[in-house]
Amino acid sequence: MIYRESGQFKTSYAADQAMFPIRQDRIFIALLLVAAVAVVPVVVSEYAIRSILMPFLILSIAAIGLNLLLGYCGLISLGTAAFMAVGAFSAYKLATGIPDLPIVLNFILAGLVTAVVGMAFGLPSLRIKGFYLAVTTLAAHFFVEWTITKFGWFTNYSPSGVISAPPLDVFGIAIDSTTEKYWFVLAWVLVLAVLAKNLVRSSVGRAWMAVRDMDVAAAVIGVPILKTKLLAFAVSSFYCGIAGALYVFAYIGTVEPQAFDLNRAFQVLFMVIIGGLGSILGSFFGAAFIVTLPIFITLAAAPFGGQIPAEVLSNLELIIFGILIVFFLIVEPLGLARLWQIGKEKLRLWPFPH
Amino acid sequence: MALRKLATALLAAAALGLPGAVQAQQNDGTQFMLVNAYWTGPFAAGGSAFGGGMIDYYRMLNERDGGINGVKLSWEKCETQYQNDRIVECYERFKGHNGGLALFHPMSTGGAYAVLERAQKDLIPVITIGYGRTDASDGRVFPYKFPMLTNYWSQNTAKIRFMGAQEGGMDKLKGKKIANVYLESAYGKETIPVLDEQAKRYGFSVQHFAVAAPGLDQKAVWLQIARQLRADWVILRGWGVMNPAALKEAERVGFAREKIVGVWWSGSEEDVVPAGDAAEGYISAAFNGSGTHFPVIQDVIKHVYDKGNGELPRERLGQVFYARAMVWAIISAEAIRDAQAMFGKRPVVGKEVQQALEKFAMTPERVKKLGAEGLVPPFSLSCKDHEGGAAVRFQQWKGGKWVPIGDWVAVDKDMVRPMIEASAAAYAKEKSLTPRSC
Amino acid sequence: MLEMIYLDPLFAIEVVVSGLLSGIMYSLVALGFALIFKASGIFNFAQGAFVLFAALTLVSLIEGALFGVKLPLLLAAAVTLVIMVVYGMAVERLVLRPLINQSLIILFMATIGLNFFTEGFAQMLWGAQVKRLDLGIPEKPWEGLRLATGITLSVFELVAAAIAGVLVLGLTLFFSKTTTGRALRAVSDDNQAAMSVGIPLQHIWAVVWAVAGIIALVAGMLWGAKLGVQFSLSLLALKALPVLIIGGFDSIVGVIVAGLIVGASEKFAEVFVGPYFGGAIENWFPYVLATVVLLIKPQGLFGEKIIERV
Repeated sequence: MIYRESGQFKTSYAADQAMFPIRQDRIFIALLLVAAVAVVPVVVSEYAIRSILMPFLILSIAAIGLNLLLGYCGLISLGTAAFMAVGAFSAYKLATGIPDLPIVLNFILAGLVTAVVGMAFGLPSLRIKGFYLAVTTLAAHFFVEWTITKFGWFTNYSPSGVISAPPLDVFGIAIDSTTEKYWFVLAWVLVLAVLAKNLVRSSVGRAWMAVRDMDVAAAVIGVPILKTKLLAFAVSSFYCGIAGALYVFAYIGTVEPQAFDLNRAFQVLFMVIIGGLGSILGSFFGAAFIVTLPIFITLAAAPFGGQIPAEVLSNLELIIFGILIVFFLIVEPLGLARLWQIGKEKLRLWPFPH
Repeated sequence: MALRKLATALLAAAALGLPGAVQAQQNDGTQFMLVNAYWTGPFAAGGSAFGGGMIDYYRMLNERDGGINGVKLSWEKCETQYQNDRIVECYERFKGHNGGLALFHPMSTGGAYAVLERAQKDLIPVITIGYGRTDASDGRVFPYKFPMLTNYWSQNTAKIRFMGAQEGGMDKLKGKKIANVYLESAYGKETIPVLDEQAKRYGFSVQHFAVAAPGLDQKAVWLQIARQLRADWVILRGWGVMNPAALKEAERVGFAREKIVGVWWSGSEEDVVPAGDAAEGYISAAFNGSGTHFPVIQDVIKHVYDKGNGELPRERLGQVFYARAMVWAIISAEAIRDAQAMFGKRPVVGKEVQQALEKFAMTPERVKKLGAEGLVPPFSLSCKDHEGGAAVRFQQWKGGKWVPIGDWVAVDKDMVRPMIEASAAAYAKEKSLTPRSC
Repeated sequence: MLEMIYLDPLFAIEVVVSGLLSGIMYSLVALGFALIFKASGIFNFAQGAFVLFAALTLVSLIEGALFGVKLPLLLAAAVTLVIMVVYGMAVERLVLRPLINQSLIILFMATIGLNFFTEGFAQMLWGAQVKRLDLGIPEKPWEGLRLATGITLSVFELVAAAIAGVLVLGLTLFFSKTTTGRALRAVSDDNQAAMSVGIPLQHIWAVVWAVAGIIALVAGMLWGAKLGVQFSLSLLALKALPVLIIGGFDSIVGVIVAGLIVGASEKFAEVFVGPYFGGAIENWFPYVLATVVLLIKPQGLFGEKIIERV
């Protein structure tokens, strides 16, 4: 009833190319934005913002990045965590080396550094495919981890290898409170998500999808394979790099290279798969699911804390996490984005399903 | 399709349930303690003993004494998996719980770094006993950080003193070759500067061997140590599976285990039992005694385990990790007792515990009264010194038991303190902090 | 002075030979991956967790976790074998059969989920403590060889290498001589075609998962005896991956050859090249080696060549 698109005609090319062609979608997105910017900081507890929303938003960026690579260009990468680390440590080096550099510029530069590193490790993708590629990106992972740990230069010779982010300020305004940091991260997320959405609708995105569906065929119709694949790696790494920089500067504050371990890469990969391959919106769903699931299981288990020894309870959480992952993959292998789509279609018919 | 509906329903429930889940709560009249540990993940063998042991002690206090001065203890566990972001999440989730945290054990060196600035802002003392950021021993720069008993650098000086004593005097160390085998992590790297400094002072040479985490296969490192460098002593700075793997490799290349001195994270039953005979003769440092003969552990057995409320299998009770958990729990509880003496017999908050800790003294009489003689070494803190610099004991694995060697070895405060102050001053400068004067 | 030590040929030989033996130990873990990949095209990330589960079950049975009865090693191994076979088949039935015909990445993610489950399940059942597993094979250096040449090789690793050899031989024979083995190969080539000639696909897969469980037990026993039975055994998967990839995902012989290559080159690099960079290069070196091999042969040394047509 409410979600009915009849009567909305596209009368111009601009309308035809709009990001959200349906009016109800536009209203919904606008409301969501208002809620995210204005309502959340007032209503949601500080704990939820700091420990749930922040990692959710930051990892969404990484998930979008990986989704561009995996979902749109069909290249499997387990190097996500390494690229986040490159972004984080580049931003740290830039911030400590050139203290006057505006933070936004700093992050963009850090993203570009990551993009270059990403392209370097993306080179083998021309010859290596499928799971073989996944394992070679692990080479990137372990190599980056080792380099950052080994050479003191990256951590400004801190004896323990831990870096601590300098305070944030944007054009002279200090970003200090939880709400300010939340807005700062949200702004990045919005800009990058809109950028990604538009990128995949452009010729670049179509070239990626052609390569994903079959790269030999794409080459035949004139898509430059080298350029397309490397661009996918570059853009994807750029996103991961920014996510890494935000992770240190806006979220944790202090990290050692081990914060970006292989589990982080798997975590982001889960977000992309569970959220839905080839869907920007899905990346957000996936990130929300994976970030909140362990916390949820813990909260649900908390009432039993007295009766069951902690050891059993912790392992039970791990077991349930594993089961739920497998369960969701079996139920909806196309991801939460697909569930969302089905929901929308149902809503379109509601209340007359037949 | 039914499954799909279930999935959607689960998601919807999740989306609705989450926002209001955790909020700051009023105090319910008990003293809230957060038991932060890792029951899963690669280091669960240690973590389960730490978490379980601390819960056991708090439960014993409730059963035996009705809490601390009549204030019952309550606790929640938080699973960290030894990962920094989960430690931060635990901290954030519980910092306002039940009247607020009185103190926080991050339970990992990396985690200690990660919560440092948050805790400073929230006025919650971060307690790291036997681990954590070394330069935080300077209380003027780090008012809310307490790396108690003995930090890594101090421990290291004791270790070199021990080696010197074994060689027959510190001057005999001249020209000796020491290999430092460390896990490549914040924890592992921390002692490199102090070792280099000591090498200069005593004239021995030191070579550092990094072992990539988790250290399942160290053949290359041990071949270099035993067959190429032909080291006189090895310092083993491992954690988890790296330790038994190192001992096994040492046996394989024929390096004498009596010449390997482990740090205290390499000196528990969990580190030597899997290595079997390969561990025989291996030496490690310790900041606490072990065994079940201490009256305090007997009380735990009587009031907790005999009533069937224990967290762990009984055979783990006298082990090194368990004893370490006891030390942590005892010091935490005593800090709260001191804070109560200063501010009244009620649940105390972080700010009050911090003040109590800066005057904290674990005198020999107090240790005896607690029934922990030989378990907790005596030490005292001040506003300036958050460490205490307690002595270190060495133990050797013989016939399936840790046997103490010699007496407690004092640490070289004169050497470590200037290094700590220099490092802390550098931190203060980087963060533009003004150190307190005291 | 240092240069002279570096050029000591005997030491170089010792490094390489111990590396070869390490490599065989990796191959043992990698075999389980290769087997499942060969039969079903699934990259089973949970294989490492299977190793952990098998080893923990075995050692707990020996220590008397079951009704307080302490089983002797062989009996415990037999019981564990049954448990692993049942577990492997249950995984096939409950996780993989519902996911049939899904893309490979989905199956891969499902096995990561399975990895979490298995780790949690194993530790909930048997506890997180580190346990000792004694197979009665000494880890001591082989005295005769040491006296003759000065090279120290562990008896344990020589035995392990022999076991791995027997296992590979057995699997190769199984694939080439038995009906089930041949059916397996048919399935791996093209499961649609295999089904159409009447090969019971699901029955075959159950067999494969059961065999993977058995390999996990062998790997778990040997690695468990080496390192102690503990959680870190499940991290062995990461050591096995480059081996798997250099060999080519679906080749049994390839896994052994690649294991030898990885083991020897990794130790050689760590000892002779590592010191110039501060060491600990063992984590990434095999992966870089794998990348280089793949650049030359994109399906690994022994992998089946994929021909793409438009």
